[in-house]
Amino acid sequence: MTTTMSPSADVAASVEETMTVAAARALVGKHRVFAGIGMPTLAVALAQQTVAKDIEVIYESGVCGAHPSELPATIADAVLITGSEAVLSMPALFGYVLQAGRIDVGFLGAAQIDRYGNLNSSVIGEWSHPEKRLPGSGGALEVLANAREVYVVMRRHTPAAFVDILDFCTSAGPERVEAAGGRPFGLGVTKVFTGYGTLSRTGPGEELELTEVHRGVDPDQAVAATGWPLRTARGLRTIEPPTAAELNLLRNQIDPKRVYLR
Amino acid sequence: MDGSSSGVDKTMNLSDAVRRFVLPGSTVSLEGFTHAIPTAAGHEIIRQGITGLTLVRMTADIVVDQMLAAGCIDTLISSFVGNSSAGSLGEIRRRIERDDPAPLRFVEYSHHGLVCRYLAGAKRLPFYPIRSYFGSDLPSVNDELRVVTSPFPMEDGTLEQIYVVPPINPDVTIIHAQRSDRAGNVQMWGLTGVQAEAVFAARHAIVTVEEIVEDEVVRSDPNRTIVPSHAIDAVVEVPMGAHPSFAQGYYDRDNEFYRAWAGISADRLQLAAWLREWVYGLADHRAYVDHLGGDTRERLRVGSAPSLPVEYGTRIGR
Repeated sequence: MTTTMSPSADVAASVEETMTVAAARALVGKHRVFAGIGMPTLAVALAQQTVAKDIEVIYESGVCGAHPSELPATIADAVLITGSEAVLSMPALFGYVLQAGRIDVGFLGAAQIDRYGNLNSSVIGEWSHPEKRLPGSGGALEVLANAREVYVVMRRHTPAAFVDILDFCTSAGPERVEAAGGRPFGLGVTKVFTGYGTLSRTGPGEELELTEVHRGVDPDQAVAATGWPLRTARGLRTIEPPTAAELNLLRNQIDPKRVYLR
Repeated sequence: MDGSSSGVDKTMNLSDAVRRFVLPGSTVSLEGFTHAIPTAAGHEIIRQGITGLTLVRMTADIVVDQMLAAGCIDTLISSFVGNSSAGSLGEIRRRIERDDPAPLRFVEYSHHGLVCRYLAGAKRLPFYPIRSYFGSDLPSVNDELRVVTSPFPMEDGTLEQIYVVPPINPDVTIIHAQRSDRAGNVQMWGLTGVQAEAVFAARHAIVTVEEIVEDEVVRSDPNRTIVPSHAIDAVVEVPMGAHPSFAQGYYDRDNEFYRAWAGISADRLQLAAWLREWVYGLADHRAYVDHLGGDTRERLRVGSAPSLPVEYGTRIGR
């Protein structure tokens, strides 16, 4: 057991921890982040103590500048409100903050994603009588439409989730917005953090491609787990394992009770 | 000056308020974004066997699953049909996936879309523009999402196409809040969501509160009032009326129950038994809170974190 306590902590880093660290590092230079509960919240908390000290997280519930006494269980947890800097109404949050373009990075999850980062969180199967009814948009549609860019967290990297054609497009990226006659605002999805690595693109018109893999992952595994012909980036990198300092922050300060990190 | 006159006393019990304002076949909005969900009112609607409702709720969660199982709802207008990362809502999935035991008319929106419907309703506007929906498949399943051309040219001289949503004017909106005076000046803190807009959009409004307070409590902090009394028809004191959701500063969210609901609702017989034990079998919400028991109430108890008072000032006679 003593070896796992060694300062060269990368031996013990889990997939979740590595994904969280990769997401946190991608927040360098960002200021206002729209985050859900779980890994995005952890990633922002880690970024606040490492690469982006002035980063502010805004929750869909309307909380800005949260200073929670413990990790929140939901985006509306009472611990997010007590001691926070501001609590906005829904019209203010969705209208003045999100639609007005004040968010640098929005974090989203989804049941399905396609090569351009369009997202399905509504149904598996036909909308009218689906095999599986999922929660639906919530604010995801608005986040993808209005945030400067969007990071997607997809722990399970499988062909059922990374699809050629979505069963239903809940949230549309800029290509689909434009094709439908609308004016796109943000870059759409620019990063996808998965159990195998990171898919990236710089903006509209580009397909997501595999740019990073977790240590020990063969890029062919990620390609085989993707439902479209996933391209591997020239200069594919291995994600630099979490440092001892990053792991220490995650394990001992940010999620000491192991609410999200297992 | 008259310092004592208060408005009409609109306090009543929950049974009377629901019987008077929630009519069969009407459109009912229940709002509360995770915080202060008007659960007790939903249960009273179930207890009275009111059916044929069109229910409007941004986050259709446990109370909606319960009202569906009780046969209250024919049409659901919502932007999120999930149990906040705590598993599935069994009844709503059976209704939508398999028409089991009956079809449900589901009108699907995104959060901002429903916010804009309330805004249009509150302002009595014919529609409300929103920068959403282009490229999404939602307009293909919801024909209330429509495109108009802006009459005002953009900088490049072109006219922008933009989606609009129709107003919603519920027959009655029900919200839960921390406190109100007897006239219905509703005071709330923490997450206030879309409650004010949902009340102003409605023809009638019921507020359930943790406590009814004296006029001077409200008047000591008028900026805390999210809805003035003229928009409220009934004020009902229902302590713990938002359980299993929370009331900021009063009690915490019952996350154990949220997690348990996935299992309860997965099995229709278990769900029916739950309704018998917790709704039909109890006279009112006071009995529900008693049934929760001291251990649960203790588990949900919160510590103190008061706000500092602000100074409103008075005119000094000179």
